[in-house]
Amino acid sequence: MTAPELHAGLRKTAIVAILLVLWEAATRLGGVSPLLFPSASAVLAAFGRSLATGEIPGYAGQSLQVLLVGMAIGGLLALVLTALAVTTRVGAEFLETVTAMFNPLPAIALMPLALLWFGLGVKSLIFVIVHSVLWPMSLNTYTGFVTVPRTLVSVGQNFGLTGWRFVVGILLPAAFPYILSGVKIGWAFAWRTIIAAEMVFGVSGSQGGIGWFIYQNRFEMNTDLVFAGLLTVILIGLLVENLFFRWLERKTVVRWGISTGR
Amino acid sequence: MPSLLSVRDVTISYPTENGLFTAVEGVSFSIAEGEKFVLLGPSGCGKSTLLKSVAGFIAPSRGTVELEGRTVSRPGPDRVVVFQEFDQLLPWRTVMGNLVYPLRVARRMAEPAARAAATRYLEMVGLTKFAASYPHQLSGGMKQRVAIARALALDPRMLLMDEPFASLDALTRRKMQEELLAIWEATRKTILFVTHSIEEAVVLGDRVLILSAGPGRVRRILDNPAAGQRETEAALKVQREVQEILGR
Repeated sequence: MTAPELHAGLRKTAIVAILLVLWEAATRLGGVSPLLFPSASAVLAAFGRSLATGEIPGYAGQSLQVLLVGMAIGGLLALVLTALAVTTRVGAEFLETVTAMFNPLPAIALMPLALLWFGLGVKSLIFVIVHSVLWPMSLNTYTGFVTVPRTLVSVGQNFGLTGWRFVVGILLPAAFPYILSGVKIGWAFAWRTIIAAEMVFGVSGSQGGIGWFIYQNRFEMNTDLVFAGLLTVILIGLLVENLFFRWLERKTVVRWGISTGR
Repeated sequence: MPSLLSVRDVTISYPTENGLFTAVEGVSFSIAEGEKFVLLGPSGCGKSTLLKSVAGFIAPSRGTVELEGRTVSRPGPDRVVVFQEFDQLLPWRTVMGNLVYPLRVARRMAEPAARAAATRYLEMVGLTKFAASYPHQLSGGMKQRVAIARALALDPRMLLMDEPFASLDALTRRKMQEELLAIWEATRKTILFVTHSIEEAVVLGDRVLILSAGPGRVRRILDNPAAGQRETEAALKVQREVQEILGR
């Protein structure tokens, strides 16, 4: 980490600390019922307890597992769609049309249909996750493939590369910045979608995931645990976006000096 | 001397919005083993198109391109192209990786042999110190040197150079021309070099083919006694002669 980055990090930590102090002060001095708005210390304590009992890690793990399965299926389908789009004109038009149609549709709006088709269970969750990640991932991967520099294509052909060797040796790495940004967008959509979708499970009374944990604790008026659940959602989002994806970018697109400018 | 490459009566035309466009028409020439052959012409004369058809990227509409008697039908590592564009290096591989990878896939070399060959040619272009760097960390001139080293390491039958120094500043460009001459002295690799610079053509070419523009036709194939010279009486004389042919 460079010095300015370190300083920015320290300032941001200070901002979080100040917000926590203000929160604590407001709940103590304001006389708000802890059932409506628990203090920061109570939330952190509940979070700590829940971590120790393994309750929060368990539910978070459950959410992440379903999310990863959904993203993997979505990713494979995205590859198929992209392959069709790159190789045929109809495929390209199909991809553009369905992406334009489905992109504005929030995945959670499909939950009722999913329940109808797949019932109350993991399958329904996976269905909405696949929907939330498939379109952004396909569109980005496709853009990545069609914007591979002409020169690199010629260089690959000049090496005598054909078929899958050409795809693996030239196209995939050249399109990687776009594929990565598609996966990042896919993750962001999927993480928000799964929390929301699990709430629907909360409504219907079955079990599962951190979203369900939040909903269930609201039902039991464990407001501190509701906050602890929200904190978990935020923390996991930050960890994945700021640690995992940053690390992956440093290892790849930053090192290679190529990015999509996003 | 038997010719390594023969281009016979090649015409290249392709459809555009305004109908059929003919880039080159009825071009014939041949290049001998170990020769430095320059295609010279104004921009838009189809000289790059001609090089691309020798490389196998574009099929001629008429005529044939033959390398050692075999018709060229597709790109291959026996005719390696050095492009003008700096993005011809694979950005996700180091300088060393850019040399080793094609040797592995195109020449099926084992890793140690590929590394040894790569090291030898990096030395030739003076970039051993940058083996572990990524292309984006290099200057334009260094990138072109890596591209030349990569092409040489593949040990092609000929080197096809498509205005490789055109995007470089004047000083670097001169230096690269000198280096290319030295490399040629050391390897005697047959070179087909495309340029629009008269000076570059006269410094580099044992023979210079002068193309006219729209469509590209052979104006003259000139023997260049001043190859390897710059600003000498002989070189200036050839430059004037070329200028005169082009100006006509």
